[in-house]
Formats: sequence, structure tokens, C-alpha cells
Amino acid sequence: MGYNCVVLTKQVPDTKAVTAKAMKDDGTVNRAALPAIFNPEDLHALEEALMIKDQYGGTVTVITMGPPNACNILRDAYERGADRCILVSDRRAAASDTLATSYILSCAVRKVGDFDIVLCGRQAIDGDTAQVGPQAAEKLGIPQITYLEELVSLNNNHIVVRRNVGNGWELVQSKLPVLITVIDSANVPRSPAAKRIMKYKKARAAIEVKKEIAGENNADDPEIAKQIEQKCNELKAKGLLIEHWNLDDIDADLQWCGRDGSPTKVHRIQAVVLKGEGHKQFEPSEDGVRELVHELIEEHTIG
Amino acid sequence: MANFFTDNQDIVFNFNTLDLKRLADIMEDGYRFSKEYDYAPEDAEDAVDNYRRILTMIGELSAEFIEANAEDADREGSHLQPDGHVKYADGIAKDLDMLAKAQVMGFTLPYRFGGLNCPNLIYSMAIEIVSRADASLMNIFGLQGIAETVNAYADEEIKQQYLPQFADGKVTGAMVLTEPDAGSDLQAVKTRAYQDENGNWYINGVKRFITNGCGEVLLVLARSEERAGGLGLSLFLCEKGPHVKIRRTEDKLGIHGSPTCEIFFEDTPAKLIGERQRGLVTYVMSLMNGARVGIAAQAVGIAEAAYAVARDFAASRKQFGVSIDQLPAVRDMLMEMKIAIEVSRALLYECCWAVDHERWYLWQTESGKITDKDKLKEVKNESRKFKRLAAMLTPMAKYYCTEMCNKVAFDAIQVLGGSGYMRDYPVERHYRDARITNIYEGTSQLQIVAAVRGVASGTANKAFDEFSAMDWPEELKDLNETLKSSAAQLADTLPFVKQQGTEYMDLYGRKIVDVACDIYLGYLLLRQAKHSERKQAVARRFITTATPRISANCDLIKSGDKSTFDQFDTIVGKVEQE
Repeated sequence: MGYNCVVLTKQVPDTKAVTAKAMKDDGTVNRAALPAIFNPEDLHALEEALMIKDQYGGTVTVITMGPPNACNILRDAYERGADRCILVSDRRAAASDTLATSYILSCAVRKVGDFDIVLCGRQAIDGDTAQVGPQAAEKLGIPQITYLEELVSLNNNHIVVRRNVGNGWELVQSKLPVLITVIDSANVPRSPAAKRIMKYKKARAAIEVKKEIAGENNADDPEIAKQIEQKCNELKAKGLLIEHWNLDDIDADLQWCGRDGSPTKVHRIQAVVLKGEGHKQFEPSEDGVRELVHELIEEHTIG
Repeated sequence: MANFFTDNQDIVFNFNTLDLKRLADIMEDGYRFSKEYDYAPEDAEDAVDNYRRILTMIGELSAEFIEANAEDADREGSHLQPDGHVKYADGIAKDLDMLAKAQVMGFTLPYRFGGLNCPNLIYSMAIEIVSRADASLMNIFGLQGIAETVNAYADEEIKQQYLPQFADGKVTGAMVLTEPDAGSDLQAVKTRAYQDENGNWYINGVKRFITNGCGEVLLVLARSEERAGGLGLSLFLCEKGPHVKIRRTEDKLGIHGSPTCEIFFEDTPAKLIGERQRGLVTYVMSLMNGARVGIAAQAVGIAEAAYAVARDFAASRKQFGVSIDQLPAVRDMLMEMKIAIEVSRALLYECCWAVDHERWYLWQTESGKITDKDKLKEVKNESRKFKRLAAMLTPMAKYYCTEMCNKVAFDAIQVLGGSGYMRDYPVERHYRDARITNIYEGTSQLQIVAAVRGVASGTANKAFDEFSAMDWPEELKDLNETLKSSAAQLADTLPFVKQQGTEYMDLYGRKIVDVACDIYLGYLLLRQAKHSERKQAVARRFITTATPRISANCDLIKSGDKSTFDQFDTIVGKVEQE
């Protein structure tokens, strides 16, 4: 039997490519100065889904919420093996915090419908909150298992996962459907595949087609609108039209979306510089080691 | 993300300046495939964009994944298990899985078998990139000529059965040619092929030094006829199975990730490829030529890897108060290494260009599509021209690139000094891996025998005349004149050599081929110099250092010295018989 997997992904600024221009004067991220990439741990979530498909069959659907250029990671997902990719994009979703984002994504997952496993990366490298996955599970009303390091077994609608809890691991069993967040030691993401690259490099969402064809001109001009429609139909016939859902498409309640749905307020931003605080020596003896361990426990470094 | 394609400015330079649209036109035959296969390109621009994307993907895979596995694969090697199964090094197994998923195991196969239909030139770029990460992996990734040979010569039924499996990376292959008493001299092959009363073929015999002999699909050269020599040999396809026994795997100096097997065939069921008696003379020659280009690309990749380590080391290592790349001797070594790699790459691509065109013109003349008499005559002329050129450039590239690779790996260790000799740095692995490249798929000495025929028959000088007659910008004219006079020097020595006979030509073969290579490479750099100021400097430096070498070699060739024959017993002496 197969399992239908839905992978929630995010396009993020590449924080490894940080330069002096990475921060605006007001302390927020200057997204234009950083290349946009597939959030690294989301690639591990996608790989886990593809491995489930390879072994058991089923489908892999990838959803991302973001501006139209987030289609770049959807094309990447197609090239690595996704069956279906959906862009959730709507101006009214701008400024969503994790609560609003997880609400919108859960609406999109509901619209996809017949799913067994929802997979997310543990966290995104821009916000590092690790909240969207768990919150989406709550909103979908399904169990969640975070920090998947190994999928131990999957059968009879039950899944067993080894989750990494930092200083050890737990084996957790859940019934399906379930939401899982994946960490980077879970697997090695496969490369995009050559033939899929050759095909899916041409995939576009209608909103991209509109921009490419209309350019600076008025997209409502009948001649241009016709061209856009024609191109979209062509793409659709070839399976290359990336689905684009707005908030109405996914029946989202607008009061839970965007700024209105986001209780998070940035109160203050503080630059923290970590400094070394000198060092302490211990005798290389039984007593010395005991003393060291004791101190580490007291400081909650271990234990 | 590190990337062995996009970080390599010289490959990118070549990619941007070579007329890849022309190659795409050749491969895509009017872009008719796009109607049938959703991933086939619609026009030249689309095709070249595909090439760039595929190489970018392989570049990242090589730099981020394959290279990280290379050291462990080298240490671990492959092992023959008690059950007769050969276990790849863990890293190699992972690499192969990744390459299969990346859909790059049918690089040059046609779309109808699930291939990418790429020209040889792009495949060679990919081989170089992969080899830079792990040379031993190339011996499986770079063996796609096996599938190509099946595609070129086998019956449709065999193609349908095996080629999609190759393209999917479900099977790998081996060229099963060498035997204990038939290495360079394949005409001496003893492995027998016989037919039962129903016409089914079977193989008996022992093959040795078989790269990836544990692969699933084996192309076996065997004696199907009663007669001796090459015309008694045919080519067969066997599958891995109970009648194919791996007796041992070799313990080698380098390329540890690539299993080298001794195989015992015992009444192994086989399928005939193409026609009887054409096994060696047609099919294996074609297979070997493809493999030679692949090894040349592997060699450039190893050299690039070794150079990169040496370059970084020399910039950071301080002695006498300066980084050692400030010291004249080290500086010169680095410069020579860098130029050697670039000229080798230029020669490799020139060779691939000729091979891609040779195939296309041959296909055109044989397809029967051209009905116009004059047009057909023109195409046939082009076909002959590229055939001659490919026949000379293939052994030339194999010889030059693999010898260069050894020299660069050798010098890379020298730049690192004591550190280079230690296993802490990868250059000692590059050095060991380099050493096989000028041996397998025909030693340098054999490549020279093949290449010198092309030089002596005038193919090289014809090419030089064409280069020389090109429209050169003012700042390159003096270099063209220099090369022109070197070409005249070569032309001048050839009648003398021919007069002395074949043995003399083989004795001085290496010198003759070296001269031809130096001039050819000079012209290739000159052509590149039209596109970039940096390449102008490279061309000037190379031609300036090559010119006295060419003169000295020509003097030696014309000396008539036959002391190697006359004085051998006096100087070397005889081997004492016990």
C-alpha cells in the first residue's frame, strides 16, 4: 500500500552567505542581499517523503507559502522527485507570524485532502523558531512527532520513529495521519535528477507567466491576457503549471491570517555578543574529574 | 554550496566559448525528439541550457557529496566476499545510488532508452568533474561507452532489454577484454565462444584485470572462429550469474574504489553483439576509443584536484617569511601545472568535438536521407576529415592528458613537500590514482603508435594549415607566425622519418607526437586567446616555452641516431639465463 505525504517547505535567505549588507538599518533582514534557498531541513523532510514513496509507493505533494518567486524551490522539489507542487501566495498573508503561517498551511493541507503523513523540516534557518510544524499539527488535529532522526517502521497505519532528544533518543509510535518534523541527520537529500531538471525547469505558476509575458505592460490588455492564458493552458497540458492557491482557495478565515492573525510583536532587538569568561583548571585525578562533572551539572551543561 | 563545475573557470570558459549550439543541432536532429519526450529540448538554446544545468547539478553533487566519500573509499577498497560477491567500498555504493537517482547513468544514450542524448563533449566535462571528486568512481560512471557500444551495434531486442536498465542506473557494465596473455595484444585472446545445436552461444575462459568485472552486464571478447588473430574474435554480452565466477580482486596502487576482477567463465550463456568476426576489429576498437577519451577526461579531473590542493597550500604555507607561492621555483611549478591542465582540457575538448562530428557525418552518410549528389559528396568529405582527425586526436588526447596528469600529481606532492607525502593531504591519493591513467585502455606507448600515424600521414599539418589561415587579430599574429614555422619544421622532418622506415618512426614516435601536440595545443590556446586577455597571456607563455622544445625535438628526430637498436646489447646488456 502507498502513503500520501505532504511536505511543508519554505524559501529562506541563505544565512551562510551573510555579508555586511545582510541587515537593514532598522535591524531586519535585507532579503534582497541574500540568495534565496530551499530551507535546508525542509530538504531532509522532502527526502524522507521520497524515501517513503520509493519503499511503499504513494505520492509526494510539496506546499510552500511565500511570494511568487518561492516557485524556485517548488521547481527544485519537482526536480528531486515531487509529484505535485503547490504555491500558497496571497498579499493578505504578508507579515504572518508562526501562528498565522501554521494556520494557513493547515488550511492548504486540508484542501489537499487525502494525506497520511505531513512532513516539515524541524525549523527554518531565518527564524529558527521550530514552531510552524507543531502548530500545524495542532490545527489539523493530528498527532505530531518532532525531531525525526530515523523512520523505524511504517505499517498497518502505524509509524514508529526514532526522535532525537538532544542527549539521547526515544522510539515513538503513532497512528496515521501524523505530522513529523525532520532533522538534518535523518538522511542525505538526493540530488535533482537530470531528466526531471530538463522537464521541470519549465514549470511555472500562472502568476509567473503573467509577469514574464506582461513585463511592464498591462496584463489586463486583452491581447496580453490571451497570450498569458494560452501559455498557461500549454503548461497545464504538459503538467508544468504550478498550482497557485490564495487564501480564498483554501477557505482560510482572514482574521487568522497575515498581520491580523499574528499576535507576535517584536518588542526589542538586542545584539548579544558572547564572550569567553576565562578558564578553570581541574586536577587530572578522580577527585578533579568528580569536581568537574559536578560543576557541569550545576551549570546545566550536562545532566 | 561548493561546485566543481561553476568554480572551475576554465571549464566554464570552454562551455561559454565553444559552439555548443552546433553540437546540440547535431544531437537533436532538428529537435524532433521534443514532440515525443517531455524532457527533450525544443531548440538549441534550450539544449545548451540543459547541458549547463546538468553540469551544475553534477558539479554540486561531486563537490558536496562524492568528494566527501573519496578518502574512505580509497582506504576501504572493494572486497571479494566468500560467496563470490564483490562488495564496493561503502562510499562508492552510496555514490552510485546517488548518481542513479540523479539520472546521469545514460548520459549519451538516446531518449528512447531513457538517456540524456548528450554529446560526447558534455559527457567528458561531466567525467572530469566526477573524477576530480573521486577518480575511482569514474571507472563506473565513465564506463557508459559499454551501453553506447550496445546501442551502436547490438540487435534491437538486446538494446530494448538492457539499455533502459543502464540509463536507470540499475545495472553497470564491464569491458571484458584482457587475459593473462592478451593485454595490449588483444589479437591473442583465447577465451572461447561456442554454439550448441540450437545456436545458443556460451563462453569459456579466464579474463583478468577487468575493471568493474562484478558489474551486471559484461561485454566479452571471445574466439568464436577456428582462425587465429583478430578476425577470429567476436563480441558477446553475458549477464552476471552462477556461470560467471569472480576469482579474485586485485590489490592495487590506486583507484581503490574501483574493483579490478579476475573472472572465470564456465559455459556462460552469451548473446552475440552485431556480427561474428567484427568483435575486435570494429566493436572493441570503437569501444576502446570511447574509453580512451573517458580516461583522458579522468586524467584532467585528477590533475585539477591535485593542482587545487597545491595551489591552496602554496598560498598559505609560509617559509623564509613569505608564502611559498612567492618563491620562484614554486611559482613556476604552479604556473606550469595550471597551463598544463588548461592545454590538456583544450585538447580533450577538441578531440570530443571531432568525435561528435565524426559520428554525425557517418550517420548522415549512412542514413540515406541525403539525395542531392553534391551535398552527399560534401558530407562524405567532412565525414572522412573528422574520421581522420578523431583517429589522431583520440590517442593524442589519451597520451597527453594522462602523462600530464602524472606530472601534475607528482609536482603537487612536490609543492606540499613532506606534507604531500603524508596521508593527511589527498595529493598522495591523486598521485596513486594518476598512475593507472597512462597504462589502462592502452599504454602511452600504444597511443603514440596510433597517433604518430596520423601525424605522419599529414592529418596534423593539414589541421595546422587550417588554423594558420584563420583570421587572427593583430596582437596574435606573431604567435601564429611562430606556430607556422614550427609546423614547417615538423613537416620538414616527416619525409626523413618515413625514409628511415617504420621501426625508426616507432623509435622516435614519442618525440614526433610531442612536437605535433605542442603545435596543436599552441593553436588551440591561440583560438581561445581571441576570447580573453588572460588566455592571450596563457597562449604567449605556452608558445614561448614550447618553441625551443619543438626545435630540439625536431633536431633529435632528424639526427638519425639508432643507438637504441645498435648499442642495446652493449649498453643495456642481455638478461642472464639461469
